This record gives sequence, C-alpha cells and structure tokens, in this order.
Amino acid sequence: MPEKSNYSRRLFLKTSAMAALLAAIPSSVKAFYNDVKTFILPKKTVLPVKISVNKKSYELKSDSRTTLLDVLREDLNLTGTKKGCDHGQCGACTVHIDGERALSCLTLAVMVPGKEVTTIEGLADGEKLHPMQEAFIECDGFQCGYCTPGQIMSAVACVNEGHTNSVEEIKEFMSGNLCRCGAYNGIVQSIQKVAAR
Amino acid sequence: MKPYTFEKAANTNAALRSKNEKAHFVAGGTNLVDLLKKNIAQPDALIDITSAVSSEIVVSKKNISIGGMVRNTALTTDKNILQNTPLIAKAVLAGASPQIRNMASTAGNLLQRTRCVYFYDITMPCNKRNPGSGCSALKGENSMSALVGYNEQCVAVHPSDLCVGLAALDAEVFATSENKKKIKIPFKDFHKLPENTPSLDNTLPQNALITHIEIPIGPFSKNFAYVKLRERTSYAFALVSVASALHLEGDKIIEARLASGGVAHKPWRWYEAENYLKGKKASAETFAKAASIATENIKPLSKNGYKIPMLKGAIETALQNSFKS
Repeated sequence: MPEKSNYSRRLFLKTSAMAALLAAIPSSVKAFYNDVKTFILPKKTVLPVKISVNKKSYELKSDSRTTLLDVLREDLNLTGTKKGCDHGQCGACTVHIDGERALSCLTLAVMVPGKEVTTIEGLADGEKLHPMQEAFIECDGFQCGYCTPGQIMSAVACVNEGHTNSVEEIKEFMSGNLCRCGAYNGIVQSIQKVAAR
Repeated sequence: MKPYTFEKAANTNAALRSKNEKAHFVAGGTNLVDLLKKNIAQPDALIDITSAVSSEIVVSKKNISIGGMVRNTALTTDKNILQNTPLIAKAVLAGASPQIRNMASTAGNLLQRTRCVYFYDITMPCNKRNPGSGCSALKGENSMSALVGYNEQCVAVHPSDLCVGLAALDAEVFATSENKKKIKIPFKDFHKLPENTPSLDNTLPQNALITHIEIPIGPFSKNFAYVKLRERTSYAFALVSVASALHLEGDKIIEARLASGGVAHKPWRWYEAENYLKGKKASAETFAKAASIATENIKPLSKNGYKIPMLKGAIETALQNSFKS
C-alpha cells in the first residue's frame, strides 16, 4: 500500500505541474497562434481596396471579411457611422451607397470599389449643416444620439425617394431605423419639415 | 469568421467556373454576411456576382422576366411590375426595411435562410444547420414556427414575402450550371418541405446560378391583396401572411390564388380553398368558407396554435380586400 500511495503522490505532482504549465500558457500561445494565423493566411483574403467616401478616394488593404462599417470606423476614422447591432436589424450603420441608403454592417468592403459612399460626415457643407441635421436639432429628433447618424442618413433618403406624403408613409419608410430613446415623433417632424421645403 | 478568398465574377461563366460546394455566391449580402458573422455559413470562397447576373426587368407579351440581380426596391417601383404584377410590389414592400430592399437581390431573396431562432443559435441542435443534431424548435420555442408541411426533423418557416407573391402567381425560376445546362423550375417546386433533408431549402441543383425569374402576365393585376400579420407593424418577419388574387367577371370568381408565408418550410399554396372559390359568387360568406377550408385541418405545434385564427382572419381579409380593390 505505501508504494501505491507514493505513486499517487508522484502522479499528483506531475499532473498538477502540467496543469499549471497549461494554465500559464494560453494567453501567450493564443497571441502567437493569432500571429501565425494571419501570417500563413492565403494572401488572397487580404485585398487592395480602393474606395470613395464623401468624394475622397482611399486606397487600403482590406481583409475580405471586413465590412464597410469597420473600414469607415477603424481605418478611415469616420466614427460618425455607428455600430448598433452589427446584424442589419437596427439601422444605426446606415450610409448612402451611390446615393441610396444601405446598411454598412452588411456590406463587405471588398464589394464597394467603384461606388460612392456618403456618410454622416459628408452631409454638411463645410460648417453649414445639412437641412435635415438642422431639422433634427430644431425638432428634438434625438435624445442620446446614438441612432441619429443612421436616422439622418435614412431621413435624407426618405425625402429624396419622396416617401413623405403622410405620417404613416414616413413611419413605414423609416422603420429600418430603431431609436431606443423613442424620439420617433421628433424624427417624423424633422422629415416633414425638410420635405415641406 | 473563417477566412475566405474573394473574387468578382465578370460574367456567369466566370462565376460558375469558380463555384463549388465550399464557394458561395454573394449578391446583396443582407443574409449571407449575417450568416458569415455567426459562423453558420463557412465558405472557403465568395464569388461576387453583382456584375455577372442581369439586373434588368424585361416585359414580353406573356411574361415579365426579372434578372437575378434586380434589387428588391426595383420590384416595388418598376412601372411594368406595378402595371402587370402589382401583387409582387405589394409583397416586397411588406418585407424588410428600405435599406435592406435597396441591397437585397431577387435571386438572393429566394435563397435566404430561415429565421428560426435555433438555426441562428449555434449552441443549440438544429437539423437545418447541423444535420442529424435534432430539432430544438419541435418541443421548444416554436411560436413563430410552421403550421403545415412540417415534420419531426424541422419546423422552420421560409421568411420571404416576395416568394409568397411569386408562388401565388405561378412564377418560374431559371438557372444555369457549369455544363451550360438551362434549368427551369416551376415556383411551386422551387422551395421544398423538410423531408429527410431539412438542411436543403430548395431544389436548385448544387452549384447552379439563378439567372432570372419569369412571372406570367395573367388576369391577376386588378384584384389582389397582401396581408401580413407580425409582432410590429413594420420591419418584422411574418407570423402569417397571405397573398390573394382574384380573376373576376362581375361578381363571379373565374379563378382564385391564395398563398401564405410564415406557415411552412416553403411559400404555401391553399389549393383546396382555391378550388372551392372557383366559379363561386364573391361574397363575405364565400370568403369565410374558403378561409375555413384552408385552416380547418391544421395541427399546430405546442406554442403556435394562436396562429390559426390569425391565419383564418388574414385569408378572409385578403380575399375581401382583393374583391374591393
């Protein structure tokens, strides 16, 4: 019996040492693994991308998985466009692509070359705000402001499309932009105000 | 997200050359990009077909041909569609948001995956996502699930509104594959029931590319309706939806079309109710009877029985609105 208990003790020491070693490794191994992974990735998954945002042309290298939203925010520092749900359910990331409203979180950056992207930063004319931006301020079209860039981009498109003939129509054609503060009445008023001009 | 290579195809031949089981076509991306982010779709390659497939709507005497790349918004504004098949515009407008309709393609709309919550939750069994793992919705959260055509393997529903309109109007799907074979599938056979292969949503041959859809120009451009009931008034998937169209001579129904979304693995046609309506005089009683015929033998799941009266009411209302329109 003493022999057996001795064996158990050695096994315990061995396994606990191994466990300690394994527990210490992961963070460094993980980082190393990630470095290796990006290094050995087939080169085709990182592509040169030329995109035009707010009439300015940018040349960058983009992973084929990167969305337009992430390129705008992370690479071009255009953080006006917001990441809400990142799944196309909230509209916070709404931009215009070739003049039409679209969701930048569901748009792959590698599919944007050759198109003109307009973000909230591209609406104002120098220091002069876009009429829709002014209307949102005048009509209290926001509270916390997080959904506002998306709301304004969508509102501008809503007016351009001519979907402003009634409150019902405005609501229907703004339904892709959610506002958790519930500033909807102010948003509808802002759109009516701009549409009336 | 798993890394994938990316390629823009200049034409259908180039797109088909690069296509294999591990390569996916991408058009609007409104469903696929989401599936990529959730690790549900894990392709090795994406093939951008936005320049390879037609984005034109062409009208001939007998039908309207809609290119696979026609954006959903174009289906709601095109003059020829509004004139000849306005039911399609109405159905599309009931779905998604303006942003998504601007992005999403017609062919992609047909190929979108179910919105069943378990399909999107990769920690749960789902026969559609992981064949053989089981159906979590069967005895779980199935309030949004199917009423008809389901089996123990899958109770998911097809989420499209456009497809309900296309089913009602007997559209046809055209595709092509690498051996240049022209593929033609009647819309009623395009989407399938779960059977023993719930991971497959449709009968499109593997690696084929949808080129266009044809909708016959028929007598259904005047009396039609699309009724969609959902958890909020806009920008939500259907609990039940009904597309109806009547070919009338005065009060007499020459032919009726009735299809539903949100009730089955595919857009569902109510053939028995259609047959009943044929030759009848249009009236509130006739429409109520048709709704009863459609809904009387439905066996709901544990949590979606509430959909049956909704469906019955939606069918009745859709028929009445079609008659009034």
